[in-house]
Amino acid sequence: MSSRTAGAGMHPGWRVLTYAILLVAALYYLLPLFVMLNTSLKSLAEIRSGNLLSLPQDPSLAAWSKAWGSACTGISCDGVKGYFWNSVKITVPAVLISTMVGAINGYVLSKWRFRGSNLFFGMLLVGTMLPFQVVLLPMARTLGELGLAGTVSGLIMVHVIYGIAFTTLFFRNFYIGVPDDLVRAARIDGAGFWRIFFRIMLPMSLPIIMVSLIWQMTQIWNDFLFGVVYSSGDAQPITVALNNLVNSTTGVKEYNVDMAAAIIAALPTLLVYVLAGSYFVRGMTAGAVKG
Amino acid sequence: MSRSKFDPQVWLPKLVLAPTMLITLVFIYGFVAWNAYLSFSKSRMLPRYDWAGLQQYERLFSNDRWWVAAQNLFIFGALFIVFCLIVGLLLAIFLDQRIRIEGAIRTVYLYPMALSFVVTGTAWKWMLNPELGLQKLLRDWGFENFTFDWLVNPDMAIYTVVIAGVWQSSGFVMALFLAGMRGIDDSIVKAAQVDGATLPTIYRRIILPNLGPVLFSALIVLTHIAIKSFDLIVALTGGGPGFSTDVPATFVYAYAFTRGQIGVGSAASMMMLMAVVAIIIPYLYSELREKRA
Repeated sequence: MSSRTAGAGMHPGWRVLTYAILLVAALYYLLPLFVMLNTSLKSLAEIRSGNLLSLPQDPSLAAWSKAWGSACTGISCDGVKGYFWNSVKITVPAVLISTMVGAINGYVLSKWRFRGSNLFFGMLLVGTMLPFQVVLLPMARTLGELGLAGTVSGLIMVHVIYGIAFTTLFFRNFYIGVPDDLVRAARIDGAGFWRIFFRIMLPMSLPIIMVSLIWQMTQIWNDFLFGVVYSSGDAQPITVALNNLVNSTTGVKEYNVDMAAAIIAALPTLLVYVLAGSYFVRGMTAGAVKG
Repeated sequence: MSRSKFDPQVWLPKLVLAPTMLITLVFIYGFVAWNAYLSFSKSRMLPRYDWAGLQQYERLFSNDRWWVAAQNLFIFGALFIVFCLIVGLLLAIFLDQRIRIEGAIRTVYLYPMALSFVVTGTAWKWMLNPELGLQKLLRDWGFENFTFDWLVNPDMAIYTVVIAGVWQSSGFVMALFLAGMRGIDDSIVKAAQVDGATLPTIYRRIILPNLGPVLFSALIVLTHIAIKSFDLIVALTGGGPGFSTDVPATFVYAYAFTRGQIGVGSAASMMMLMAVVAIIIPYLYSELREKRA
């Protein structure tokens, strides 16, 4: 995994140019984040008199506290805090359940294969590529029948169902790399299905558990489609509330509040990315490329 | 070890997998079939299950807004994919030159991928807003005639979606290419260097031709992101001005859930499924062929 090319043999001028290009690109990627942060710390008057990059003369967290506690999103004016907690209440159980189910599925599909199990895995993989628009209407009807329309529990169910294909994929491909001899030896020693899973497979699964947790967390926290279709009123997740806040047409447009709310909505996934970036990238490549 | 039908080692794995099999059959295959049926029915405000043949598809294909949406997906998809690939590949090549702070730079390039498209859309909507955004910034810097009003210009608004989409996804493509480059056997490159090949030659003749599979994966992922794009458009342009930036995903949402045209909405979603199937089939085909080879 070393850098391949003989960078040392490059002309110094080219080296400087390479660094310059990389830094300009880095500024381009950072610009929107900086602008959001910068705007969120200014007053409305200052936003109008200055420009995107002019620094706040008198930085204030007023927009942040308004975004969190008293900004109007559609009907109510309690800020995004309730919706933030909705997202937490949706994300935590959905991530845990789908990861657990994925781990067990992956174990069966790699170490306890039976006739038809490969075919089933193939059928499940289709779920990772499905454009969800195609199941929106039947699911809406089903949630209605189950009495889960517009609820947090309904969204948890939807996210678990359509997340299992991804988590199963992660664990199955990870466990495929575990030597079958290990399982065979344990069986000869008299260990059964669950014992092998809990004593042998699970203890070595930390990396893939991390990948699965992080992938599912970003997917579910960032979801907008299911949120906007299946939730209403005060059961909405933060992404839907943010969109309502930003696109509400009543009153004065408070850009500083919008930006503070956007950062609040982005904070959990950003934090996960900063703390566990390598797992994040692995999940993205595994989920995206293999899916 | 004789395996009787009553041996838990035989039935337990199947039992454990059964709920997922049921879920997959019902919520993926069953729902797709249900949705397909809706698209052949007379459904409007409410689902109705009387057979209507291709009526809803005829209605869909005679709808101007649908063709705007399809054309937008084509424009957005093509530009989004091409720019992500170019930016991603170039950044990967530059980052592959023994850069001292590579880890930090990679982190910066990739963080947009952790954000929700709604956040991305909100940020770019603010920056592209002609009153107080980039236009004002450039004017403040002395370019007094600088005009950048794509966001509110029906002919240009779709390109703002490309700008924001490329910002969000190009770092990911960079990571894919970089991983691909690092996977190429070092000895080939060393041998070429001994033979006196220059850096551009090494990239052109050895490294890039070896990135075929990565390019293919990136293409699949990006096409998939493009077809599914919904949140970014809702947050950035709301499909407007008018419906000039509608795409199939927003069209489906509008018809199935806000305009009470369930039949047309489900027909449109079937077209999206067809588009995805059209890209999955060559992908599965190549995967299976690799396994056999």
